Amino acid sequence: MISGAVAPRKRLNIVLTNTLAWIVLIALALPALWIVLTAFRPASEINASPPIWIPREITFDAFATMFGLNPNVRQRVAVERYLINSLTIALISTTISVAIGTLAGYAFARFKFRYHTTAFLLLMFSRSIPGVALSLPLFLLFVRLGLVNNLLGVSFVYVAINIPFTVWLMDGFFRQIPYDLTEAAYIDGCSHWQAFWRIDLPLALPGLTTAAIFAFLASWNEFQIASVLTRSVDARTFPPGLFVFTEQFTVDWRGMCAMSVIMMVPAIVFVILTQRNLVRGLTFGAVKG
Amino acid sequence: MILPSFVLILIVTGFPLLYSIYVSFTDYNLLRPGSDVFRADIMFRNYERLINDPIFRRSLGNTILFLFVTVNLEYVLALGLSQLLARVTKGQGIMRTMLMIPMMFAPILVGFQFRWFFNAEVGLVNNALLSLGVTQTKIAWLVDEPLGMIAIMIATIWMNLPVTTIILLAGTLSLPSEMYEAAEVDGAGAWQKFRHITFPMLAPFTYIALTIRSLDVARAFDIVRMMTDGGPAHRTELIWTYVTRLAIEDSRFGMGAAMSLITVVISLFFTVYFFRQLVKVRIVQ
Repeated sequence: MISGAVAPRKRLNIVLTNTLAWIVLIALALPALWIVLTAFRPASEINASPPIWIPREITFDAFATMFGLNPNVRQRVAVERYLINSLTIALISTTISVAIGTLAGYAFARFKFRYHTTAFLLLMFSRSIPGVALSLPLFLLFVRLGLVNNLLGVSFVYVAINIPFTVWLMDGFFRQIPYDLTEAAYIDGCSHWQAFWRIDLPLALPGLTTAAIFAFLASWNEFQIASVLTRSVDARTFPPGLFVFTEQFTVDWRGMCAMSVIMMVPAIVFVILTQRNLVRGLTFGAVKG
Repeated sequence: MILPSFVLILIVTGFPLLYSIYVSFTDYNLLRPGSDVFRADIMFRNYERLINDPIFRRSLGNTILFLFVTVNLEYVLALGLSQLLARVTKGQGIMRTMLMIPMMFAPILVGFQFRWFFNAEVGLVNNALLSLGVTQTKIAWLVDEPLGMIAIMIATIWMNLPVTTIILLAGTLSLPSEMYEAAEVDGAGAWQKFRHITFPMLAPFTYIALTIRSLDVARAFDIVRMMTDGGPAHRTELIWTYVTRLAIEDSRFGMGAAMSLITVVISLFFTVYFFRQLVKVRIVQ
């Protein structure tokens, strides 16, 4: 829309647009930046009154304390335990839900069968049932099965929770692949299964990555169900761990910020990795029916 | 190929749902074994109690208000921001990265962050307001009415703005430029172009954004639990926090189940509504 010689009024418009966009985005990013900065500042600066706005010193104290490396402070949060639990659960549930969800997504994208739309809708609606409604009956069931405080039990729940969104994404990604290619494979004598493995799946690999990342983050971030199903320190995942930290001890804002930073790491890595696919993954299906 | 997905979902969501429906018609209390027996004479007791429960009515009202304000405000803000970003000439890439920053925060982290910012004693917001001389006294953000609800709404909007904006931005950038050129030839102004081209053409993207959003409405629970936990005196009680209080803290499972079914209905209503709109606009185009 904007090209060639620009009239002065238009130029002013452009400058205004750019400035406004920067202001909005900085306002949006500032709270996040503040959390990260706080985690790296000395405690004396944080509690200072009047407040010190610009950090003068960078320190890793908060992290050292958290992992028990500070000899003067008794370690108060089992961060390593939470980390290992969260990672285990997220990895197991991501692998399984992506494998199962990709198969279903392929079936929805490529095959016509009875109740096609109904089945798809049913799957989506299962996603909209809030965790609050699921966690309590699941807790009772898990008590009977002896799965409370069991990492596999939580992973199992997360698999089911992640499937609908995986199917929605993979259905879209498979639809993007021209059917001609698959058809050509059939003509060359490939079975459905071979066509899936050799043609469609490799082409949908970027989509698979996106789906895996969404599943991982959903499991990594989940709080409601985890806080009901993992009650002991040994089984607790990161989000309930952070919550317990904010409730239980004398208020240590910096420690909590440091914990938040650790919790953000996978998300940061993944957002950087998937910037492009993210937008595509979320929006197609908008125009293609 | 679809079977494994359905079996799993049946176990993890189908079973709890059916069980909740059953329990909601009993007077099940976790502390009283054997109280989960169905009795026809008291089957609607939980629902009667809920209708007459002023805290429930308050939490329901709060939830509706909360959803109405956040979803609408979020959409309008995202629409504005996406139009702004579509016109930016320099630094689009870095701006998009900045836009994604809130997406790195889990809901529980968003809750923690704003709980700290709105803290009356050491919070960023009060510190800033005091430094700028806007206020002389410390404002009890998370305590006063209606500031508590406003704080929670701000946190929720902050968390959801990026996804909505990104979807609308992708939609805006995918619109064919010929239409704009034609409109310009006809002498249409910026507002007219937005009103008659951009906005209607964005409809499928709007409903995708709202469908995705509606799948996650209940994630507001994490934020509220962290910021105020429904308090003080139920001022910020949402239906999700009240369910948790009744069922987990008070062990009143039957009552909690009855109420969680109401949350399911709210979520389903949102999803069905937006999804149907999405299907409709898809067919029109």
